[in-house]
Amino acid sequence: MSSNNRPRGGPQPGGETPARIGFGMSRPGRDPAGSDPPEDAAEEKKTLPSDARVDLAQERAETGIDQVFTSLDADLVGLAPVKNRIREIAALLLVDRARAKFGLSTSRPNLHMCFTGSPGTGKTTVAMRMSDLLHRLGYLRRGHLVSVTRDDLVGQYVGHTAPKTKEVLKRAMGGVLFIDEAYYLYRQDNERDYGQESIEILLQVMENQREDLVVILAGYKDRMDSFFISNPGMGSRIAHHIDFPDYTLQELEAIGQLMVHAEGYNFTSEATETFREYLKLRKEQPRFANARSVRNAIERARLRHASRLMDDDEPVSKSELTTLTPEDLRTSRVFDAQPSGPASD
Amino acid sequence: MRITQGTFSFLPDLTDDEIKAQIQYALDNGWPCSVEFTDDPHPRNTYWEMWGLPMFDLADAAGVLAEVNACRKAKPEHYIKINCYNANYGKQTVALSFIVQRPSHEPGFRIERQEWHDRTIRYTLHPYAADQPHGERYANGQQ
Repeated sequence: MSSNNRPRGGPQPGGETPARIGFGMSRPGRDPAGSDPPEDAAEEKKTLPSDARVDLAQERAETGIDQVFTSLDADLVGLAPVKNRIREIAALLLVDRARAKFGLSTSRPNLHMCFTGSPGTGKTTVAMRMSDLLHRLGYLRRGHLVSVTRDDLVGQYVGHTAPKTKEVLKRAMGGVLFIDEAYYLYRQDNERDYGQESIEILLQVMENQREDLVVILAGYKDRMDSFFISNPGMGSRIAHHIDFPDYTLQELEAIGQLMVHAEGYNFTSEATETFREYLKLRKEQPRFANARSVRNAIERARLRHASRLMDDDEPVSKSELTTLTPEDLRTSRVFDAQPSGPASD
Repeated sequence: MRITQGTFSFLPDLTDDEIKAQIQYALDNGWPCSVEFTDDPHPRNTYWEMWGLPMFDLADAAGVLAEVNACRKAKPEHYIKINCYNANYGKQTVALSFIVQRPSHEPGFRIERQEWHDRTIRYTLHPYAADQPHGERYANGQQ
């Protein structure tokens, strides 16, 4: 947080301090500068002597970021490069905090980010964690996430875009503005598209109000790349380009297990085998959306599980209610898919 | 003469940090803020001109302050105030309203006397600034 007062836009009416006559009440003229020294003294006290030592581990504990990291590790499978980058950012901000204790000035790091990756690789999930993390580290004042797409930023007629974009930006102040599928902001084929106007306003705020919000753009890699080629200003203002890798088979399986447990179900050991087989086949098929496809597959399995129990028309036990069997998965069209047929979960 | 209307008007002018803290207080209470300006300082002039629409769903004061600064830039010699509206049932009224900018020179008011029937005198308040046409009322003919 900036502690110094920003210069006022308008002239300082209080500058010349005219006699304050307010309906019979008069204040003794107070020298505005008179109140400053005590504040400065308080500031002075806070800075540590140069031979002091700061315990970074304790700083870490104070911010509570370890909780964020633990839940990040527990809830998000894989994504090693992403987690590494988040750790680096956290370390930088922690060190900056420690530096501030010694009164060392640090320029505010640029934390605008771009998340690229295939569908279902966890870009939105990580963005939510990121806002929480940055809030705990004291980089963001509020730590909320405002998630928008082109629709929320770009207007429909002349003069509609600027107020719309500004309103969204104002809502995001103090938190993270997450722009999903950001490349839609720029339409190459239509040079009179209002998206360009929105991009210009975004750029201006990203540059001038860095302390107020963090912008995270997300989208597919190839399309984001061409977006940055046509908007070089945007590319250079984003410090962190983070690529979300596709999940491996083991990771997908772990994600599936996590989701199943979160829903209060279990796989039998045969079902685990079948699930692995399913993932192997599904991964090769078109329109595979990583974790999202896994979620869909589990939703379908739950449907089949439910209708199987209904068809049996017998009283069910708790274990039957919570156990997914191979046949719930086996009936999926993925197993008898023709290469040309449309993929379905 | 210093106009005293709204909250904090008997205090010295608030700094930007103080304004920000007040806005944050309003937002934390769930009161949306709006920015208004005028060059007619008459105390009964309740309807100031709106600087954009009221701002809803804001979490942080920086958004409101940005609008205030934009308004200050466009209207450097006007009165500007922030209104915070409490929409709760049973309240539905402005909960906090305070001036965040004043013209550099405030000429004040004169009393006007009107002769009425039976030698009655009626009094009214007239701002010196209002002698000038709208838009030319304060300092150097600035808008």
